[in-house]
Amino acid sequence: MIPTTRRGRVGALAAAVTCSLALAACGGGGDDDAATGAPTKLGKNEGQVSILAWPGYVEDGSNDPDADWVTDFEKETGCKVTSKVYGTSDEAFNLAKSGDYDVVAASGDLTLRMVAAKAAAEVNTDLVPNYAKVFDFLKDQEWNTVDGKNYGVPHGYGANLLMYNSDVVKDEPTSWDVVFDKGSQYKGKVTAYDSPIYIADAAMYLMAKQPELKIENPYALDEKQLAAAVKLLKEQRANVGEYWSDYLKEASAFKTGDSVVGTTWQVIANTIDQDNVKTTVPEEGVTGWNDTWMIAAKAKHPNCAYAWLNHIEDPKTNAQATEYFGESPNSEEACEYASEGFCETYHAGDEAYSDKIWYWRTPIAKCLDGRTDVECTDYSDWTKAWTEIKG
Amino acid sequence: MTQPTAPTATAPSSGTGAVARRASSFLATRPRLRLGLLLSAPLTWLVLVYVVALAALLVTALWSVDAFTGEIDRGLTLDNLREVATESLYRTVTLRTLGVAALVTVIDVAIALPIAFYMAKVASPRARRLLVVAVLTPLWASYLVKAFAWRSLLSEGGLVDWVLNPFGAHSPGYGLTAVVMTQAYIWLPYVILPIFAGMERVPDSLLEAAGDLGASAGTTVRTVVMPLLLPAVVAGSIFSFSLTLGDYISVNIVGGANQMLGNLVYTNVGAANNLPLAAAIALVPIVIMLGYLAAVRRTGALDNL
Repeated sequence: MIPTTRRGRVGALAAAVTCSLALAACGGGGDDDAATGAPTKLGKNEGQVSILAWPGYVEDGSNDPDADWVTDFEKETGCKVTSKVYGTSDEAFNLAKSGDYDVVAASGDLTLRMVAAKAAAEVNTDLVPNYAKVFDFLKDQEWNTVDGKNYGVPHGYGANLLMYNSDVVKDEPTSWDVVFDKGSQYKGKVTAYDSPIYIADAAMYLMAKQPELKIENPYALDEKQLAAAVKLLKEQRANVGEYWSDYLKEASAFKTGDSVVGTTWQVIANTIDQDNVKTTVPEEGVTGWNDTWMIAAKAKHPNCAYAWLNHIEDPKTNAQATEYFGESPNSEEACEYASEGFCETYHAGDEAYSDKIWYWRTPIAKCLDGRTDVECTDYSDWTKAWTEIKG
Repeated sequence: MTQPTAPTATAPSSGTGAVARRASSFLATRPRLRLGLLLSAPLTWLVLVYVVALAALLVTALWSVDAFTGEIDRGLTLDNLREVATESLYRTVTLRTLGVAALVTVIDVAIALPIAFYMAKVASPRARRLLVVAVLTPLWASYLVKAFAWRSLLSEGGLVDWVLNPFGAHSPGYGLTAVVMTQAYIWLPYVILPIFAGMERVPDSLLEAAGDLGASAGTTVRTVVMPLLLPAVVAGSIFSFSLTLGDYISVNIVGGANQMLGNLVYTNVGAANNLPLAAAIALVPIVIMLGYLAAVRRTGALDNL
């Protein structure tokens, strides 16, 4: 993992000066809400940028010599990159609010919280030339645009898959029931993602298995539906060996055989790189993520931040980064740079497929599925439920 | 106490020397002020680091958090404390944590007593030095390295499995047993050292006298050694008990799906972004430790720390 370096006082001062000279509002760094519009032109690069991202999003070749899209960026722009990886959106939210990061790669369950907490700045997509190449169905979506204002640019999207050890789970599972109703046959070796957002996976399973609950959207659960999901997860808890949020922890548990079945990201399967560890998409569907590169409201290096956004939106970089992580890239052109078959495997640009993934959202009291007769449970309810489930 | 007399040398009319001399003659006649000045620096430090931090924790526990934006609302409310006191989840986790801490302490004391006795009373001076080094060496390795070492030892097909399999047994796997083993291993030196120091202070002559008067080894240990050693044992137990009570890292690494109090604090700070609730939960181990310290104060154990 790459540590963040402490910025020198001189650097901060220089950044502040550049900031006030070059930008009218400095990416929303001001105290006054009304004055935090997006900048209309960019100034000189500040010489550094700090990035908060999912593992595998900002690679400088130190983890894998073939995965390096930072070195070129540093050479071209003169912006030295420091980055920190996080394991859950909740962790990222806290880190982002500390104000130490200029750029944040955020999933859909984080973006709106960032906007609501005024931690994200409005982004002028005209200053990101590569934005034009992005698939239209990823633009101006509810998780990256609020009141017609863009708060970031799309990165890529993917699914939370079911990973299994084929030595133990002999037949390819077709349903999530291997981790829920039939989980007891792998007692102590089931794993699950350690975040309240995992409740949505249980809700999605219930959508198929218990239609009488009438769940329309796994992120819009009223109290009764949440209680059903919690009950299912409490039953699952008896079979769970360990929960994971650190992707290396899951990788090690699958390598040794301490975990044999559970939810995962493609990048983890790639890291493990063993023939007996496979991934699959069960019939109930999958939850997933649709990620956005955001600029922090208190960004100290907004010009380098814009430079990074444009760099990561570049089809070639985007192809590298999304292929490394195992998710669909954000543009048609990226497919030209990716390995053969990659875009087909991940259904890049296939809007119908993308529609089937339940992208992570922040549950709020106003039901996301449009119901008005009930109040839905919000994320704090989910957080509380999650601590109870773990017991 | 005799008062030193003020210097009588004739002072130069100017310069820092004169000021210093005047100050020292001023202080020389006021012992209380002298003491106050001497203690003010460390006391300020103590107050800032311990008392203010504890007070801040208590105050934070009275705040609340806006669920969606995560902003802290500084209005005072007892909700967090009430939640921690009444929800069954916190009771379960507190009991689990107490159980683990107690078990770790018992195991550590049981292992430390014979080792400390051998080191202090049986081993030659040379062997004793080597043993002290051997006890201290593990403290040089990082906590994380040791916890991850246990993770790989206890894993499926790991060393423990490999040793136990011929006997038809298996590694306990990740869970509370693994947590107890790991913690007992990590805190053992902290228990051995105070007991060793206490054992050294038990005069050999008393043991010989007990033997001369016909006491068996068991009686000697029970009636002579243990009463003298009790404060040292309690001192050691304070370390293992309090350190286990606050631990959350090794639970994360080898504890499987289990949580302890430290994990609840950690998830509330990290994942749930609920600092006030985390502060309220953090008060639980503090209260337990205060109770424990108050109980052991009478044994004189605190003089052995």
